[in-house]
This record gives sequence, C-alpha cells and structure tokens, in this order.
Amino acid sequence: MALFLAGPIGYCAYIAFTDLQLTGQAEESFVGFENFRTAFGDEDFVNAVWLTLVFTFLSSIVGQNTLGLALAALMQRASRTVRTITGAVVVTAWVLPEVVAGFLLYAFFRRDGTLNAVLDFLHLPSQNWLFTLPILAVSFANVWRGTAFSMLVYSAALNEIPKEITEAAEVDGASGWRRMWHITLPMIRRSIGTNLMLNTLQTLSVFGLIWVMTRGGPGNRSQTLPLFMYEQAFQKSMIGYGTAVALLLLLVGSLFSLVYMRLLRTEV
Amino acid sequence: MSARRTRSRRLAADIGLLTVAATFAVPLAWVVLSALDPKADVGMKTPDGITLDNFDAVLTDEITFTPMLNSLLLCGGGTLLTVVSAALAAYPLSRYTSRLNRPFMLTILFATSLPITAIMVPVYALFVRVDLIDTMHGTIFFFAASQLPFAIWLMKNFMDGVPKELEEAAWTDGASPFQSLLRIVLPLMGPGVAVVTVFSFVMMWGNFFVPFMLLLSPDQMPAAVSINDFFGSKGAIVYGQLAAFSLIYSTPVILLYVLVARKLGGGFALGGAVKG
Repeated sequence: MALFLAGPIGYCAYIAFTDLQLTGQAEESFVGFENFRTAFGDEDFVNAVWLTLVFTFLSSIVGQNTLGLALAALMQRASRTVRTITGAVVVTAWVLPEVVAGFLLYAFFRRDGTLNAVLDFLHLPSQNWLFTLPILAVSFANVWRGTAFSMLVYSAALNEIPKEITEAAEVDGASGWRRMWHITLPMIRRSIGTNLMLNTLQTLSVFGLIWVMTRGGPGNRSQTLPLFMYEQAFQKSMIGYGTAVALLLLLVGSLFSLVYMRLLRTEV
Repeated sequence: MSARRTRSRRLAADIGLLTVAATFAVPLAWVVLSALDPKADVGMKTPDGITLDNFDAVLTDEITFTPMLNSLLLCGGGTLLTVVSAALAAYPLSRYTSRLNRPFMLTILFATSLPITAIMVPVYALFVRVDLIDTMHGTIFFFAASQLPFAIWLMKNFMDGVPKELEEAAWTDGASPFQSLLRIVLPLMGPGVAVVTVFSFVMMWGNFFVPFMLLLSPDQMPAAVSINDFFGSKGAIVYGQLAAFSLIYSTPVILLYVLVARKLGGGFALGGAVKG
C-alpha cells in the first residue's frame, strides 16, 4: 500500500513541478511553480474548477443529500411494499457499474431520448439536454446514481432515534416540519456531516459517468477537473501540467478528508 | 393521533416514494426493454416484438466473453489480494494495543476518502517508468492498493466484534497468532469477510477509470472499458446490443449485492463505514 498509494502521491508532488511530457522529450526539467501559475492563468482550468463546484454542489449537496434524506424520512411512514419497491429501484441505480449508468442516462437525455418523449407527451418544451444544459444533465445523472448511499445512511440514522422522543413532541402538538427541524435534524447531525463529506468526495472524483455521457463537451461545458486533468495529461500529452491539476484536486480532497476525520475522531 | 390521519399520511408518503421510484426506474426500464427489442432506439417505447437476437449478437468471444473473463481476472485477483492483505493488517490492529494503532487508523481513514481519480495521472507515469503499464498484474496490484484502506478499516471493525476469550483458549493450547487468525477469528467473522469481499469486488467491477488508464491492449480490456467501444469506434450505435451487453455486464454485481443484502439486511457495507 505504501508503494502503490504513497509512492504515486510523492511522485505526483515531484512531477507537478516539472514539465514532463509523454513524447518527444528525453528528460523532464524542474520548472518550479510554473505549472501552477499556468493553471491559475488558464481559462479552461478556471472553467473546470467552476464546473466542478457547480457539479458537486448541485448533485452532491443539493441532490443526493436532500433527496436521500427525504426518501429516508418518507420511508419511515410508507407502507412496507412501497418501501421495498422504492428501495430496490434506488439501490439498483447505485449498484450498476459506472459506465452502464452513464450510458443509461445518456440515452435518457438524448434529443430523441426518453425525457423529451415524456416532455412532448406533457406538451412541455423539449430540448437537446446534453447540448444546452450538459452540466445539469450530468448532475442529474450523478444524483440518480448516488442517492441510494445517502438514503441508506439516513434510514439507518432515523431508525436509531428513539420512538419516545418523536411521540412526546407529537403529543405536545409539534407539527411534522417543526419536529423535523427541531428534533430529527439535530439528532442526526453527525450522520448529515458524514454523509455530506463522503458524497462530496465521491462526487469530486467522478470521471466515467461524465466521460460516457458528454466527454466533457460540448466544447468544455461539462469538463470538470478530473476530465480536464485527463485531457491535459493524455490528449495534450502534458503529464507535468496534468499532474499539477491532479495535485490541486488531491489537495481539495484532503481538506474534505480531514474535516471528515474530525467528525469521526472521537470514535477511532 | 387518529387512525385516519395515520392512513392519509401513509398514503402521501407512498405516493411521494412511488413518484421518485418511477423516475428512477425509467432508465432501468429502458435498458431492459431495449435489450429485448429487435429495433431498439434511444427513446423508450414498447418493443416491436420480443427477441433474444440482441443477446445472441453480443454473446461472442470478442464482445462478451473475453472482456468478462478479463474483468473476472482483474477483479477476482484484486479482491483476493485485498481481502488477504486486509485480514493480515487488521489482525494486529484489532488484537494488540500499540501506540501506533491510532495514527495508523487515522492515516487509513484519511486514505480511504482521497479521490483516487486524482492520482491516476501520476500512477500512469509511474507505471510507465517501472514497466507495469498494460500488464494485468500491475493493474491488479493497483486495484488492491486502492481498495485496501477501506477494506482494512471495515475488517478491523468487524474483527473487534469477535471476543478475545476464544482466542486465548487457543493460545493456551499452543496455537500461533496466525493459526488463531485463520482457524478462529476469520470463521467467526464470516459475514464480515463476505461484506469486505463483495464490496471490494463490486467496486472494482464497476471501476472504469483505472483499467481505462492502465491497460492499453484490446485483448486485456475488462468489460468496464470495452463497453465504451460501442460508442465511438464502431460507428453507429446499435442500442439493442449495447443494452443487452449492459445487462450481462451488470448481472454479477446485482446478484452479489442481492445475496449479501439478503443475508445481512440492507445497507450492508455502511454499518462499519459510517459509524466508525
């Protein structure tokens, strides 16, 4: 593990400061912070950072997290059959391999795909989603694929809340929303933290899903950091630069990871 | 609270859930319908008759069997390596107290949540340098290494649940630590080992990026990558066949998941992961 994880990370830190390229150059040379300076001056890089933020915020924090919580909360009340059906469908979407999920949603969002057929049927305006709103389409795809995780985490958390507490509040006349806000949410706040953190980290590194659906396009309008990194390193053969981007991504990941560790710290 | 109110609430919850389930189910339904449809298209429609031609067309050495076998080799090898190493690493962590335990567990936890995607570019560069690029064993090693932190973490938590007394009895009878791990601890935590195994396998099976980067020759490609060929290189996409292949490729992980979930209740991998 030391060799295969720490090794690359160390090596990563080194080549990020070089101008290593895939072809044509015998020796890389040390270029200091040049790669990082290029990155922050590069419009495409800034675009990728921005898209990564949008993608992570929409799909992980808003989508998976909220929908997961809502599903878990509804499941507490729903009948057994419905609970089983919903659980099975949502979890299937989660278990499917990344590429298959990407492909399914690619078909769903295509101009002649299912979504537009449904919209047509409802007499709503249809459009070529993958072209007009690619980042929204891939965000939705990520919600589709990732919500099950949040749902399972929250279901477990909600099941652990003692019945007496909610019942007492109910007797005191607290409405559903107030109970949720004042009792349930504070009691599961650790789960919320953990879940948000894991979702975010997961979402930061999504590659296959976006690759299959849009290849980062059209143009670069759904090119998040992992895709940008891939393009720089392999399609443009600038490994040094790609690695610098990777290092920045890793840095963001580490920050989240540290926060996550603090949340769990007491239990280690 | 009146029974009527309970019932109307339950109805509301049911309707809400079913709406979401239906939305989630549309892409799934599409793939099943298309796989059976002789004239499948990107849009969902009722099939023009049901046929197994699509399956027939993809069930060839080149399209299905070789990639699936590659996947099996990669993920099987990776999983085996992961589980064995995780068991060996978790055992001392769980049984002996040492000042290094806590820092080690924290490092593992830290590594667990790092985005693997980010290190793929340098890993590629490293693999080129040490000549592991485009080799099955290199990819297996990396798979195992990337899955190991989480596997150790899970494994230790399960191992902590096995009482120490049983082992002490074995020790007095002269068993070595390795024997007691093999004969006593691992059998007692059977479900735990199953979870770690299945989880590692499922993660590797679905992983696209790692083999996509580390393997180059077509005859070594696992299904995760070869499915990609249906898109660009072969011209027009034959949706029916692509759907059929997706189903074949997804079946093993779904079966494994169902098997484990049945045995251990839903959210199997999460107990250990989230509660810490």
